[in-house]
Amino acid sequence: MHRAPQSIVVRRRLITRLAVAGSILLTTACGSGVGTAGVADDNAPKAGGSLAFAVGSYAGCVDPQQVGSNDTIYALRQIVDSLTDQDPATGKIVPWLAERWEVSPDARTFTFHLRPGATFSDGTPVNAQAVKDTFDAAPKLGAKATLAIGYLSGYTGTKVVDDLTAEVSFKQPNAQFLQATSTFSLGLVSSASTKKTADQRCTEGIVGSGPFTLESYQANQSITLARRTGYKWGSSLWRKPGEAYLDKVVFTIVPEAGVRTGSLQSGQVDAIGSVGLADESALQAGGNVDLQARANPGVVFNLGLNNSRPLLRDPAVRQAIQVAINRQEIVKTIFPTGSKPATSILAHTTPFYTDFSAQLTFDPGKAASLLDAAGWRPGADGIRTKDGTRLSLEVDWFANAATNRPTLELIQQQLKAVGVDIRLRELPIAQITQIQQSGDFDALWGNITRADPDILRSTYSTALANTYRLEPGELDTVLDEQAATTDTTKRQALVSQAQKLIAENAYAIPVVELTTELGVAKRVHDLDFEASSRIQLHDTWKS
Amino acid sequence: MRRYLAGRLGQAVAVLWAAYTISFLVLVWLPGDPVSAMAAGGLDQAAVDPAQLEALRREYGFDRPPLVQYLDYLGRAVRGDFGNSVATGRPVTSTLADALPYTLQLTAAALALAVLLGGALALYATYTPHRWLRQLLMSLPSLGVSLPTFWIGLMLVQLLSFRLRLLPAFGNEGAASLILPAVTLAIPTGAMVAQLLAKSLLTTLDEPYVETARAKGAGRIRVHLRHALRNAALPALTMVGILVGNLMAGSVVVETVFSRNGIGRETVGAVTVQDIPVVQGVVVFGALAYVLANLAVDLIYPLLDPRIVVTAAQPRSTG
Repeated sequence: MHRAPQSIVVRRRLITRLAVAGSILLTTACGSGVGTAGVADDNAPKAGGSLAFAVGSYAGCVDPQQVGSNDTIYALRQIVDSLTDQDPATGKIVPWLAERWEVSPDARTFTFHLRPGATFSDGTPVNAQAVKDTFDAAPKLGAKATLAIGYLSGYTGTKVVDDLTAEVSFKQPNAQFLQATSTFSLGLVSSASTKKTADQRCTEGIVGSGPFTLESYQANQSITLARRTGYKWGSSLWRKPGEAYLDKVVFTIVPEAGVRTGSLQSGQVDAIGSVGLADESALQAGGNVDLQARANPGVVFNLGLNNSRPLLRDPAVRQAIQVAINRQEIVKTIFPTGSKPATSILAHTTPFYTDFSAQLTFDPGKAASLLDAAGWRPGADGIRTKDGTRLSLEVDWFANAATNRPTLELIQQQLKAVGVDIRLRELPIAQITQIQQSGDFDALWGNITRADPDILRSTYSTALANTYRLEPGELDTVLDEQAATTDTTKRQALVSQAQKLIAENAYAIPVVELTTELGVAKRVHDLDFEASSRIQLHDTWKS
Repeated sequence: MRRYLAGRLGQAVAVLWAAYTISFLVLVWLPGDPVSAMAAGGLDQAAVDPAQLEALRREYGFDRPPLVQYLDYLGRAVRGDFGNSVATGRPVTSTLADALPYTLQLTAAALALAVLLGGALALYATYTPHRWLRQLLMSLPSLGVSLPTFWIGLMLVQLLSFRLRLLPAFGNEGAASLILPAVTLAIPTGAMVAQLLAKSLLTTLDEPYVETARAKGAGRIRVHLRHALRNAALPALTMVGILVGNLMAGSVVVETVFSRNGIGRETVGAVTVQDIPVVQGVVVFGALAYVLANLAVDLIYPLLDPRIVVTAAQPRSTG
């Protein structure tokens, strides 16, 4: 019995010491913050140095075409160049490896004119044959290349018109392909790399033409990039022509969020990924770290309703859920500062996004009257019933974002207030695909990052996977038309129409935009987000 | 002796087989499979073409009935081939061989520290004539055992790395990076050693032969180290087998907190994506390490205590 109090004493002592340690940490951090501010006066970028970047996970593969996870893409994006680039501010597609391009009026044929002089890091030229080899190989890579394969759906081949002209064809209109050529997933790789198997590409890496090359990597440990000497074919968006500033970039995999933030503050790393709301105050306290945030384009975090379920077939129920959610409260209590509530099924950083916040305004009174009118009456426990059926839904979710659980628990409370019961079921990530295919769910929680509105067609067209079991209808027509339209004004009208149909019918319940937040030491400059909210490091420098 | 060894080897094989089979059953019964886990990688939930998934399942052999898969894997495992990781495409054996040195460094350092610190604590706690000091020291092990490893790790990092900036917070480059993880892992393990050794020493010190030694005029230190420790160490030695298991389990947490490469990190990754071949490899490796550690303990016993004779009929239980 005498042991317990003893250990409490020891614990208390430890806690006191830690509190002291914490305040000392604050003071020293403030001190160095002032110092950096003084140095920051010299504003001219300078070349050299090594950037240490801590990320939370490792995807087990170093081929950018076979990786979707942000943490690993941050590194791999830097070793490949793309045919085009996308302006994060306007969504406009601009030249990179291709100086110019033509799209056929039916959006089936894309002709790219490459800039001369670009080479892969194995010395071979970036030419039309390399474009053909890259696109011919990508669809055969298998399940890990989901993104690339989706972008190339309906690919019929690439014609090498001349050394620097490649003509890519599809069997159906494929307007999204132009934006897809700006992504890392369709970054060009050398012909030698395309001859490797998918597994070899994963373990040995690929040869690209990017501003950095893959110097080495250690599974679960680090990915090291080295500056490519002689690089001079950067994107038209970059500030600096020619080679990158940094000599080296080391991405270290640090799974613990607390260790990442502490390492950034104590100067052991220069930047970190996956900053959450909980880490913000600690990072800001020191004054030597900048927080950088940008909303991911694409489909926002939403309750993906199974529209074929008896309860959810009724538009009134879906619409009631849509206005019963207080998005502002969710954003404020759970998401990183700067996150925005959803104002459409598309995030505001997606090209052709249109604001439909009127349909998404929190209005519990309206939710109640919609449900009353549809015949759902509150039962004894407050949950509504109709003909003996309780208004109770199961929401399946996966632990792929730390914000998922608290968000859904808050939604659960908010919906309970209008008499809708939500049961939460957490499933292993390995089961996402299976659940989507089986259709055995009421609602799925998730988001999809993509900087082209065609993501709406891949997600909601009944002609494709139709994960959410919509009835064929007007939305299909609009989505097919936008995929076949290259005229920007016309495509804008069609994409707006699609967003409007989704908002009005509440086929899915948009909730909040995913925001990517990075912590960057003040000594690091021009670490920029690209259009998909991943990073480009060509322009980055350290003072 | 030979018969005894043969019996023990038979037991070892049975343990390995059981571990392999049970882990296979668990993984097969889980919903989902490695191929769809792979396709679902990352944060996003884009739809995947079912036909393509089916083709991949065929390629990896996950479309076959579980029994056929099991017999196939088992047949190859017996020959030392655990197949390729579904997630990375690398052979399981080389994946584990690459990770093993880091885990061995970590666990060996932690075991040495644990025995050293735990042993010293137990010896001093039972030796000190001050009652209050003894009680304080005796209460430390239960504290050490009850503190969660990840908490100890995070506190050490906070103090020694973030505040004092003495040691790196992550990685496995150089000896400095080994210190914090080894200490973290050694604390609960050392606490177990101390608990058991102290208890055993106290019992032994009450034995009549210790009285005899004292009566013959042996000094306190001599009685403690020469007479009592030798006998008291035997039960503690039995624990080494369990400690190996503990250290392996602890390495999962420690390697994650300190961002080290190793078997523990591989395990976490493989379990998350249901990478059956890698998980199977880890399970067999873990079982093998456990079995070998216990066998070694049994063989060392007679060297320490001549009264123990190893026979096939009465194998010592090793807990």
